[in-house]
Amino acid sequence: MIASAANPPPPPSVGDGAMGSSIMALADIPSWAPAWLPDALPLAFAAGVFYVLWQLEQFRDAIANIGSRIDLAWAALIRLHHLPKRLRWFFEQLYQSGIQNLHVVLLVGLFMGMIVSLQTGIELARFGQEGQIGTIVAASMTREMGPFITAIVLAATTGSALAAELGTMSVSDELAALDVMSVDKVSFLVLPRIAALMIIGPVLTVLCDTIGIFGGGFVATSQLGVGWAQFITTALEALQEQGGVIPVPMDVYAGLLKSFVFGGIIAVISCASGLEARGGALGVGRATSRAVRDSIIAVIVANYFLTFFLYR
Amino acid sequence: MSERENQGLDLDEPLGAELKSSSEDIIIRFKDVHKSFGRHHILKGISFEVPRGQVLGLMGGSGTGKSVTLRHVIGLLQQDSGTVEVEGRNVPDLTKQELTDLRKRMGYVFQEGALINWLTVAENLALPLRENSSLSPSDIDELIAEKLKMVHIPDAGQKLPSEISGGMKKRVGLARALITDPDIILYDEPNAGLDPQIARSINELMREIADTHHATALVVEHRLECIETVCDEVVFLFGGKALVHEKTEDFLRPTHPQLIEFLGPEARNA
Repeated sequence: MIASAANPPPPPSVGDGAMGSSIMALADIPSWAPAWLPDALPLAFAAGVFYVLWQLEQFRDAIANIGSRIDLAWAALIRLHHLPKRLRWFFEQLYQSGIQNLHVVLLVGLFMGMIVSLQTGIELARFGQEGQIGTIVAASMTREMGPFITAIVLAATTGSALAAELGTMSVSDELAALDVMSVDKVSFLVLPRIAALMIIGPVLTVLCDTIGIFGGGFVATSQLGVGWAQFITTALEALQEQGGVIPVPMDVYAGLLKSFVFGGIIAVISCASGLEARGGALGVGRATSRAVRDSIIAVIVANYFLTFFLYR
Repeated sequence: MSERENQGLDLDEPLGAELKSSSEDIIIRFKDVHKSFGRHHILKGISFEVPRGQVLGLMGGSGTGKSVTLRHVIGLLQQDSGTVEVEGRNVPDLTKQELTDLRKRMGYVFQEGALINWLTVAENLALPLRENSSLSPSDIDELIAEKLKMVHIPDAGQKLPSEISGGMKKRVGLARALITDPDIILYDEPNAGLDPQIARSINELMREIADTHHATALVVEHRLECIETVCDEVVFLFGGKALVHEKTEDFLRPTHPQLIEFLGPEARNA
């Protein structure tokens, strides 16, 4: 697995799990280096960046909040058996985060598929490889674009709405009223919202993947002269590898798992930001922007680690 | 030597603190309670007691810590020092379960009602019962109808909080606080923002509840009319302390210079 100048490693191909090899080649690691070094390098780099950011007070504050987010996620998890009692709010949240965001996810997904197809298609056409465009569009949409776009849309719409809703409840004493009535806030407010986002994330991702591939195919056939049948064939070939605990292609499985996790992350961060809101409308505004910012950062960081563990 | 010193009274105790009941009858007791928010020292050693069945008014200027005092009773805030006892137990020392059990026997009427805005009026009232009791849905519906009738809005059940007036919200908040038939009721400015007519009807309702339910109550209020109608005794907060603690009729004929200044001509007309 160690690269040498005489025998350079082959370029990584889609779906072959060759990330470690490619990083090794880029870093030009000597043959005496331990086998784990290529995997450790990105983490060491991230740790260095983390250290630099740690010098900023706002960054330290954001990190200090992680503990309370984990507490909230744990509190919701141990109340999972309350969910049957909260089905009304669960379905209401499914509707709000799913149906009301559907058009945004579909529109963004469609255009992302078209952009990927056009950008890569133009380059591939220079080498006469435009026939492979279906592979690239299908893999990039299912692995990365679908779950990530869905997460960004959910963070910007549902996440901000959750933070604003709970924040308003906080500053108008509604949360205090729940405390006074001995109503469990986590069970009543947080659990149905987390559960709904963890379900709706994968559902929206599948739709985003599908329309993105369709959009990519539309560009491939109309702009790049690739036949529709060829596009579909190469796209399906790229998705043939089975993986995970459910019988779907590995890339689709990875995307669904990511969006499941992303949904949970967005819901936990947004709910926590809302519950912590203080100080009237200004406090609600701050909680909302913090929820969106922190959700997007957390999704990106989690995306790296999920990709690392799923494709290594 | 002042008149109070001549009478052998402790000058750290509020004026009128000789209004004592036997200790087993004391439901709420504040003893030298201090509370700060950052650099702002709000409560500077508040002490007073509320005997069983009494309605005690808390009066004072804005920012003197009336609502802060009220929130200590139900454990929404914790004092920095001193003790806040409810039925003989310091509230911060209660376990989570004990605090939950205590809160189930208390009602709290918030300034703005604090109704859950995405639940109907009936659902707001049903919430504490659905969460904490084993009552059947029909029993809950019956209780809701009874309490809505008690606060004179029998037809408001299916409305959302956004569809009712401020006065009605106060009534719904009151009905929600009463839905569990609490032993202790805490009112946080029940008349704030209401026109005199609605305020009068709320005051009469509070007095009616005190007379019929015999619940112990603490009322934070600015308006003398409410104090006069509802309260048995009144504590005047000034400078972070309970400066005066007197029966309502004495309170309305003030002798303490700060209280005279606070009440102004209203007191002389009372």
